[in-house]
Amino acid sequence: MNVEAWQGFLTFGFFVALLSVAGFYCLLVTRSLIRAIIGLELLIKAATLLVIAAGYFTGMTALTQSLVVTIIVIEVVIVVVAGGIALRVFRHNDDLDIRRLNNLKG
Amino acid sequence: MINDMNINLLLLVLMTIATMWTVMGRSLLKATIGLAVTSAVLTILMFRLNSPLAAVFELSVCTGLITVVFVSTISLTKPLTHKEIIERSKARHKRFGYLPFVMILAGVALYFLKIPNDFAGMADKYIAAQAAAPDPRRVIWDVRQLDLFGQIILMIAGALGVVILFVEGKDKDER
Amino acid sequence: MVALLILIPLIGIIILNMLPRETAKRTAFWFAMAIFMAQIFIALSQHTLFSGREAVEFYLVHGTALAIDSLGVIMLLSIGIVALPSLIVGQCMLSDRNELFRFINLLIITTIGMTGIIIVRDIFTLYVFLEITAVASFVLIAFRKDINGLEGAFKYLMLSAIATVLILTSIALILISSCGTSFAAIHEALAQSGSNPLIVFAIVIFICGLLIKGGLVPFHGWLPDAYMAAPAPVSILLGGIVTKAAGIYTLIRMAASVFIFDERIRTMLMLLGTISILAGAFAALGQKNFKRMLAYSSISQIGYIVLGFGTGTALGIAGAVFHLFNHAIFKSLLFVNAAAVEKQVGTNDMQKMGGLSSRMPVTGATSVIGMLSTSGIPPFAGFWSKLIIIIALWQSAYYSYAAIAIMASVVTLAYFLYMQRTVFFGELAVGLENIKEANFGFVLTSSILAAITIGVGLFFPIIFNIFFMPVKEILVK
Repeated sequence: MNVEAWQGFLTFGFFVALLSVAGFYCLLVTRSLIRAIIGLELLIKAATLLVIAAGYFTGMTALTQSLVVTIIVIEVVIVVVAGGIALRVFRHNDDLDIRRLNNLKG
Repeated sequence: MINDMNINLLLLVLMTIATMWTVMGRSLLKATIGLAVTSAVLTILMFRLNSPLAAVFELSVCTGLITVVFVSTISLTKPLTHKEIIERSKARHKRFGYLPFVMILAGVALYFLKIPNDFAGMADKYIAAQAAAPDPRRVIWDVRQLDLFGQIILMIAGALGVVILFVEGKDKDER
Repeated sequence: MVALLILIPLIGIIILNMLPRETAKRTAFWFAMAIFMAQIFIALSQHTLFSGREAVEFYLVHGTALAIDSLGVIMLLSIGIVALPSLIVGQCMLSDRNELFRFINLLIITTIGMTGIIIVRDIFTLYVFLEITAVASFVLIAFRKDINGLEGAFKYLMLSAIATVLILTSIALILISSCGTSFAAIHEALAQSGSNPLIVFAIVIFICGLLIKGGLVPFHGWLPDAYMAAPAPVSILLGGIVTKAAGIYTLIRMAASVFIFDERIRTMLMLLGTISILAGAFAALGQKNFKRMLAYSSISQIGYIVLGFGTGTALGIAGAVFHLFNHAIFKSLLFVNAAAVEKQVGTNDMQKMGGLSSRMPVTGATSVIGMLSTSGIPPFAGFWSKLIIIIALWQSAYYSYAAIAIMASVVTLAYFLYMQRTVFFGELAVGLENIKEANFGFVLTSSILAAITIGVGLFFPIIFNIFFMPVKEILVK
């Protein structure tokens, strides 16, 4: 890989790191279950962008596209299951507050 | 000045702004729309990075399906009264308002990391071999067939999860 | 032939769900039983002892390599041995036929996921099967839809998804230097560019992701809550095999065969293993809930496995894998006992119990066996595996680590003695006079598991040399 391509990849890497920081921040600071799922989504999107960028800058776009298709399917299933759990928690607690979700201690 | 890399840079900055809008969005619906916008910008980036199949998938699934899932989950959970929303959003602004500073700090810290400027002995031979650029659809079927089975199994597990979690059945211990 | 391990259960589930409801519910249990027994049988038949072949055999399924080697045989055997008690206890404890049907489906899917993890030789397919196991586990933990189960499932989901992101980022970075995702291609690529800081970063975050899935300190936040809140048959599955197959087996496979197993990784693993041993043991001392105590004990034992693996010697790796197998057996035994107690007494709070062994003799006796094996008392199996790990540490001159390992064994014995005294021996607690022994399913499973522990302990030399010493071949220099 020549230097130009490497610089390009590093640019993408820089922005992916920024997006990951934003996603982590959302996950850590939020009080609502659904916003935690949104933070998770942002993290997965950042990882997807990194995979695509890696594929572009090494020329292996076919391989990375196959990987990304599978990643997207996994992402959807995780979001659906997490949403289901959030819904059940709401039906129990009447509230989507994470801080009220601490019965298990010790 | 309008060359390839600059447009990518613009799109990346746009995606970062969309992400910050998602994180700091005042209500959950605004955050969901922000997520959809982030997915859309990601799709455009994927098109520019020679990955059309993945881009189409991302557009239809993430921008479409996941937004629908989020909106339906949000609408199934009771909305707060107006006063509570204002209280909550004031408290939230104090906490989430730190995000731009955190991001700028992270950006500066990353800038000073020492990452080598070249990558010797690497994918040169692969770039030559990939000049033919095989069709990703053939790659999925020929090379990564086991991933397809994995996806099927995963979707069955997800469907079972939906049946167990979403269905308002004969719940015995719903206290 | 190896791919049938995944294909047959998959087709079975699809057919099972398409049959008319009543037939499906009646046959589901026997079908699952048949699958798990077949898995044990296939695993044993692939071993060199019985098949007379070379250790590793590669099967190509349309371009993806699948293989079972000596480590794979042990793991497949463990999966089958733990899935059977989970199935039987589920049959005994879930009375609603609909629930039982869904539970069996999810159990088979989790088994497919773990079998997939064991037999693939490609880093991305490994990731896909890791996710299958994880998603099936989330749904299983939240199965009863009570608030505790939902909380445990949500915590596990959050941490597991963070592990997902770490693993994905690592794969993306590794793809820069490798031309494919199979283990062979990555190993070749890492041999060339292994010292690049970006690649080192990728390896470190991959290992961090695996440690989250394996429940090592400091990434263990989800483990006690998930184990405690899950329904009883799910706790057996989780504690017996899921965290170990998903986290620890993957760690062993990647570190030994794919990544460069150098000094830094070994030191990091040994440190984290030791911290886990101590943290798990001391945290288990103060627990009042039976299953939570068993969860912290699991963290401690997994620390032993990682510590033994971190030595890098043939004896250390063999001892670590032996301890992994033993832990699957005796931890499942203890969780089966916890399930029996929970079903008969109605609670998991140890302070409300007492003197149960007079009413539940088999459960009491087998729990004593399980406890002695965990603490490493001869002649049970746990003693031999811990001894081998400590000898391996001593041989590599890690004297302080060996001393800590021995001391932690004493702490293990202490909290298990407390458990025995509070729950099974001593005065019969008020209101428990009418307790009967748990029904036949529990008795059968706990007896079989206890018999395996005793048998492996007695026939230790033969079993160790045949099954576990060949594991050293996974180390690729």
